Amino acid sequence: MSRAPYVSINAETALLEILKAPVSTLQDFCLLAGKALANLFRAPHYWDDVLIQMDRIGVGSLPIICLTGGFSGAVMALQMSKALDTYGASSQVGQIVSITLVAQLGPVLTSLLVAGRNASGIASELGSMKVTEQIDAMRALGTDPVQKLVTPRMFAMTVMLPFLTVIADFVGMLGGWLVALGLIGTTSALYWRGVYDILVFADVLQGLIKPLVNGLVISLVGCYYGMATSGGTQGVGRATTQAVVVSSVWIFVINLFLTQLFVNL
Amino acid sequence: MPAPESILRFDGVSVIYDGVRVLDHVSFTLAAGETRVILGAAGAGKTVLLKTALGLISPDEGRVSLFNQEITGLRERQLFAIRAQVGMLFQESALFDSLTIEENVAYPLENQIGVRVDPAEVLPRVEAILKDVELGHTLDKFPNELSGGMRRRVGIARANVTYPKLVFYDSPTAGLDPITANNIMSLVIKQRDQRNTTTVIVSHRLQDGALMANYRFNSQSGKIERQRHTGALDTHTKFMVLQKGRLVFEGSEDELHASPDPYVAKFVLEQAQSA
Repeated sequence: MSRAPYVSINAETALLEILKAPVSTLQDFCLLAGKALANLFRAPHYWDDVLIQMDRIGVGSLPIICLTGGFSGAVMALQMSKALDTYGASSQVGQIVSITLVAQLGPVLTSLLVAGRNASGIASELGSMKVTEQIDAMRALGTDPVQKLVTPRMFAMTVMLPFLTVIADFVGMLGGWLVALGLIGTTSALYWRGVYDILVFADVLQGLIKPLVNGLVISLVGCYYGMATSGGTQGVGRATTQAVVVSSVWIFVINLFLTQLFVNL
Repeated sequence: MPAPESILRFDGVSVIYDGVRVLDHVSFTLAAGETRVILGAAGAGKTVLLKTALGLISPDEGRVSLFNQEITGLRERQLFAIRAQVGMLFQESALFDSLTIEENVAYPLENQIGVRVDPAEVLPRVEAILKDVELGHTLDKFPNELSGGMRRRVGIARANVTYPKLVFYDSPTAGLDPITANNIMSLVIKQRDQRNTTTVIVSHRLQDGALMANYRFNSQSGKIERQRHTGALDTHTKFMVLQKGRLVFEGSEDELHASPDPYVAKFVLEQAQSA
């Protein structure tokens, strides 16, 4: 009987800790994001690191982005042509491929691939640095790790992801064109006119804003989990997984909210 | 004779992790030109003490002053200028693994806020200090191409390349064989005596402390030589023993060996037996 209150207090404390953990994580994430953004406006700027990251994130991701974009466009054209054929509108396949890629699939797919490839890379790189005291050494040697490590990665990914998305969209349209030309029997002129005509400014803007926001979030999530790593090599593995999972979830959440915003424009 | 300038001061410092006091009301003062040997078993709080002294960890209680400036509560950017006067060798060297040895050693000269070096002087300075630690041939190598002892020597070079007034060495001999460990200690003594640097060394090996207290670098012969045990020398080297975050001993080498504290006596006895 006398043990009951202790059990109750322990359970309360444990529950409180469980509830506090996500709030604390969000607070730390926002602090890191604030510092990284503020560093854009104060010296020193590590432009060499920015260029290296742009190369790793942008150029390094190109093959997988092109491959995925091309096959997505081709599959979409193939699948949609069947449905459109029912209404005798298979000539409209270019419009379907174009609007779906530019407004939705292009930004989401590209962001997911970059998250899988680069958020994991960033988290494991910074995580390894953290557990081997390289981050502490950087601080001891008078360098702000957020300025040196986080800001260049954030800037590079935010700039490169819209470019990658545009490339993925275009390669996807090319994939759709090949299918439309070879398997559906549409003419090139009809396909590309449909691709062009369907797009309005809001769609293009939506297709560029989404990767911009996604780039910011993916890079910061990767950096946050990397910088918060503890527990040796196991901790690095955990940080890498968390970075990919959390950034992927955020990509879908951001896509939903931004789509809602642009639909109502 | 005026009292030597105080370089580092801990005033009732406590650091608490998850309710556990990893440093518990630690107070001491380090004077300019002094060598301080901090001994203790694994988990005694030695590394935390060094990181707290450098402002890498903020204490939960008490105050830390470095070069007569209280660093407790200072912002990271405010600490950079103070840290420019301090060198540190981390436990596993903490070399930047994506940079070459030359870039690692040049890093504080090129990046440290508060350190101003003519760019033309960087390479000669890096080459000179790497030669000093007998690694003049490794400039283009990466840290993972070097042995543990060599990485430790690069760490010593990086810690001293800015000619800091104060250098912290975190377990410089941990995990090394006895011959390599003695070589590392020779380099630590050499770096200390070449510029009369105030030195704090953390170790779990009593013999590292004995080497620091009893050996000096002779710049004329270029060798490490044993000094005669005199009272004057003893004032330069002080020992501290940490036990579960508490400072249980502070004094000279002779006082350490004569300490009536049961933990200190056991620590000294076990170390003597293992040596």
